[in-house]
Amino acid sequence: MGKKMLEVRDLKTKYITRFHEDVYAVDGVSFSIEEGKSLGIAGESGCGKSTLALSMMGYYFPPLHYISGDIIIDGQNISGMNPDDVRKSILGREIAYIPQAAMNALNPTQRIIRFVEDVIRAHDPKADKKEIRELAEARFAELGLPPTVLNRHAVELSGGMKQRTVIAVSTILNPKVLIADEPSSALDVTSQKMVIKMMRELMEKGYIKSMLFITHELPLLYNVTDDIMVMYAGQIVEKGTAKEMVFDPVHPYSHGLMGSILVPEEGTRGHKLTAIPGTPPNLKRPPKGCRFADRCKYATDECRYYTIPEKSFENDRMYRCLKRVDELKEVYSHE
Amino acid sequence: MSEVVRKDFTNAPLCLSGRGVAKIFGMGNNKTTAVDYVDFDFHEGEFVSIVGESGSGKTTLSKMLLGLLNPSDGEILFQGKPRDISTGRKRKEYWKGIQAIFQDPFSSFNTFQKIDTVLLDCINMRGGRNLPKEKKIEMMTEACSFVNLKFAELTNKYPFELSGGQMQRLMIARIFLLRPKILLADEPTSMVDACSRATILDMLLNLRDETGMTVIFITHDIGLAYYISDTVYIMEHGKFVEFGKADEVIINPKAEYTKRLISDVPKIHEEWDLSTVDLLNA
Repeated sequence: MGKKMLEVRDLKTKYITRFHEDVYAVDGVSFSIEEGKSLGIAGESGCGKSTLALSMMGYYFPPLHYISGDIIIDGQNISGMNPDDVRKSILGREIAYIPQAAMNALNPTQRIIRFVEDVIRAHDPKADKKEIRELAEARFAELGLPPTVLNRHAVELSGGMKQRTVIAVSTILNPKVLIADEPSSALDVTSQKMVIKMMRELMEKGYIKSMLFITHELPLLYNVTDDIMVMYAGQIVEKGTAKEMVFDPVHPYSHGLMGSILVPEEGTRGHKLTAIPGTPPNLKRPPKGCRFADRCKYATDECRYYTIPEKSFENDRMYRCLKRVDELKEVYSHE
Repeated sequence: MSEVVRKDFTNAPLCLSGRGVAKIFGMGNNKTTAVDYVDFDFHEGEFVSIVGESGSGKTTLSKMLLGLLNPSDGEILFQGKPRDISTGRKRKEYWKGIQAIFQDPFSSFNTFQKIDTVLLDCINMRGGRNLPKEKKIEMMTEACSFVNLKFAELTNKYPFELSGGQMQRLMIARIFLLRPKILLADEPTSMVDACSRATILDMLLNLRDETGMTVIFITHDIGLAYYISDTVYIMEHGKFVEFGKADEVIINPKAEYTKRLISDVPKIHEEWDLSTVDLLNA
């Protein structure tokens, strides 16, 4: 077993709306990523994937609030830290974050080299400009970005190029964890492939120690990450290796998700897609029992009454359902 | 698991076809050929996909089909006859036969109109203006239940109160009421997540089976095109580089471009080959 780079224990965070209502967007999430591994989070819109990413950075500002739980990065517990300290000592150096619309985050009036200087000087105000440029040029060349990009403005770059630039700049300090929140969903397939290749190179060359990848595109997740966990209504409903999760899902929700995969491969055309009816529950008042019960084909009255614990099975897999694994597989085999 | 029934459309009557259709923007040195003298035949009841990268001319072609842009050259035939949209009245008449669903559900609706108005407009457009109110409500309820929405929950609401997936389904409910000959869907699923995408695709297939309309589906996702369509047209730089039955085109692609598009999509049964990407010369 490798060294744990990121460990999250029973993390709970909430949003407070302007009507002073609490929305429990991340509710008791625990997982860990080992050195050199990548973890993917899947789930539909509004299930708390992005909030989990934000909460994990320890960078809380209203309306997001921390309730309880631990976030441990390479042995250092950052939960409950002052946001200003987090920005100075954690962001960029320990954790790098690529938000959803990262390409639009580049200031159009500045050259790319300025963003690199910004990142480095936020941690070391006395850094030498010339050294920064040398470092940036070497890193960009290594990642397949022409060093001339550094002198350009963001508007001169294409979408895929901008996204790769953002990734290169945000990982310049060799962070231990990279959190990528839908880094490729706004790009076409060819640029998406380039972004993925670049992230893989970052991992292989050891510039980032571990990665957390968030997307709702399951075929992509399957190809990029080692493990996948499926999130639903602020909780993790199933966790396993990428292969197990795609070919042998256990929880009814992940089973439904995997049924909506579209790939251009022979034999995938004949089957009808399985669509999950309904919408996720309102997290202001989460249901008492299983959160998926209202949309689950196999739900019984018990499901709506009991709080569902996380259950582990086989080697290191986890799911959150009242039914046994063999019971569920039995049901799926009859469909 | 239920199977999807595929029919053969090669002998079905023509619904929309184009002969040498081109669109050229700009003049002289700035000339850009967005659509480069293409021919196509879409049959009645066929599910056609037009697949291509960004900038390949898909959307320009779709705008010409809708009559929002005039072709620079060539002609478009609607049900075998040359299309005539020279006056506003004729254009409106044409739009009774062709309708569209766009990419961005959030900007497809008029913010000031309630959902009732949106659906009532469709009934009125089909000549149901003088129907009794109960009948109109019954029709609207039926349309909403077709797309798994409840009309009772939607009435007196505004479209922006819905989620992206729900808005896109409401768009399909509109099409259900209008029953046009052709539906043009321009990337209707690229802004909704994978779960709602499955729902929307299923509904489009049901709609086609129920009303027998031709669906022209524009997308950049070749996996999606493979699942949903009968016929696939692959577009590169304004030209159709390959077309044919979905099975033939996707499983045995002939054009280099099609092969590249397929290799760029992540798959689950085969290894995804990342070595083909040349980062420096991109």
